[in-house]
Amino acid sequence: MIELVNLNKRFADKQVLFDINAKFEPGIPNLIIGASGGGKSVLLKCMVGLLKPESGSINYDGRDFVHLPYDQVREVRREIGMLFQGTALFDSLTVAENVDFPLKMFGSMSMEERKDRINFCLSRVGLENVNSKFPAEISGGMKKRVGIARAIALETKYLFCDEPNSGLDPITSRRIDELLRDITEEFNITTVINSHDMKTVYDIGESITFIYQGRIWWQGHRAHIDETRKHNPELDAFISASQF
Amino acid sequence: MNKLFFELGRYILFVRSMFFKPERFKVFFERTIHEMNNIGVGSFGIVTIISVFVGAVTTLQTAYQLVSPLIPKKVIGTIVSDSSLLEFAPTITCLVLAGKVGANIASEVGNMRVTEQIDALEVMGINSSGFLGLPKIIAGVIMIPCLIIVANFLMISGGILAARMTDLMPPNEFIQGARETFKLFTVSVSMTKALVFAFIITSMSTYEGYFTEGGALEVGEAGTRAVTRSCVLILFADFIIAKLML
Repeated sequence: MIELVNLNKRFADKQVLFDINAKFEPGIPNLIIGASGGGKSVLLKCMVGLLKPESGSINYDGRDFVHLPYDQVREVRREIGMLFQGTALFDSLTVAENVDFPLKMFGSMSMEERKDRINFCLSRVGLENVNSKFPAEISGGMKKRVGIARAIALETKYLFCDEPNSGLDPITSRRIDELLRDITEEFNITTVINSHDMKTVYDIGESITFIYQGRIWWQGHRAHIDETRKHNPELDAFISASQF
Repeated sequence: MNKLFFELGRYILFVRSMFFKPERFKVFFERTIHEMNNIGVGSFGIVTIISVFVGAVTTLQTAYQLVSPLIPKKVIGTIVSDSSLLEFAPTITCLVLAGKVGANIASEVGNMRVTEQIDALEVMGINSSGFLGLPKIIAGVIMIPCLIIVANFLMISGGILAARMTDLMPPNEFIQGARETFKLFTVSVSMTKALVFAFIITSMSTYEGYFTEGGALEVGEAGTRAVTRSCVLILFADFIIAKLML
């Protein structure tokens, strides 16, 4: 479980996150939604340690990530997998080498075991016969799936996804959503997904956090979103803009 | 002025952050060998061409300036070999390498920055500056001095060739002039310059790429900045080394 307590972040004199308090449970897709510029990407970057918050804490199963010494931060990071918006695959490595990268760096497996793990991860995300291809030779949807395979290669405990559907067609988007939900449930991962795709919210949003102007505006289950929007004009405006 | 101190401070901190124990020595070793191939073997052709021509041109221009019949022709060999060892081989070669290797490193690292590949390394718990930069610095510090040794040899060979082809003097006279005043210390100066310049090229280029912000345009600008700043620092360091060692 990941718990955020009174998290604040500012850039120069512009505050972008205000007293964020939230809990993200394992085994269910936790969605962070909100308009562009609302602070959700900054929140995600703070959670994975790419940005340092001004105050507050981020607890990974009780370990305060913000205040841990650097060595222990790196230990926590090795339990984190992340799917970036642009996939961030290493373009000089093949698909198999990309998935192998965290195994090679941190795993203690033999070459054969690593090969089996790579094939397992790639087949789990529905990719076969692409091991020797380079990222530039595969489609956007396939890149996202390779990104997911790389993120779960080390038996990740926490998975972060930044706009996993951006730039994908609706059918591929749904496949990625289903894949993320299935992997989360199967491996009991704490998954946090940044999205502004309302279809994703309605399909897999077990726990939804709506961020508006740097503040948590609403938290709940997808089943309650339609009821809530009636008396929450900001949430209603966000959903209406998505033609839902 | 503030910007200068900010950049200087950030550069020093960046270089310091690179010197951490590698996460996995085998991966680090493989990356270093890969970089040695890129920097050393990949630059061999251009270094060969430049060195031969610089040596040849220096010989012809020295001969043009030494018009007095009182000065023996073997002095041309002395001047060409000493100036090649002390200045032309390390400095001109490294200025060219700053353009070739420096731009390549800055755009590679800059592209990794703007496509979030560096963020991906950080999220995995890898010291990204050390992972990307240290193999390049080690490879540069090993391979660039090797290239300078080759450049020294080729510049003098280019000089001999030019003297022979233009009937300026026979090769043995050129070699006699080169050997008469040869001091081993000039090779030490040449190698010191090579080591310092190699460090400047690789660290400055990695730094410029690492702190790129934006997109393709900024990656190009980082490449240009890496080359210009490396060249200025090389010339500055050249002056300091000459003052301290000669």
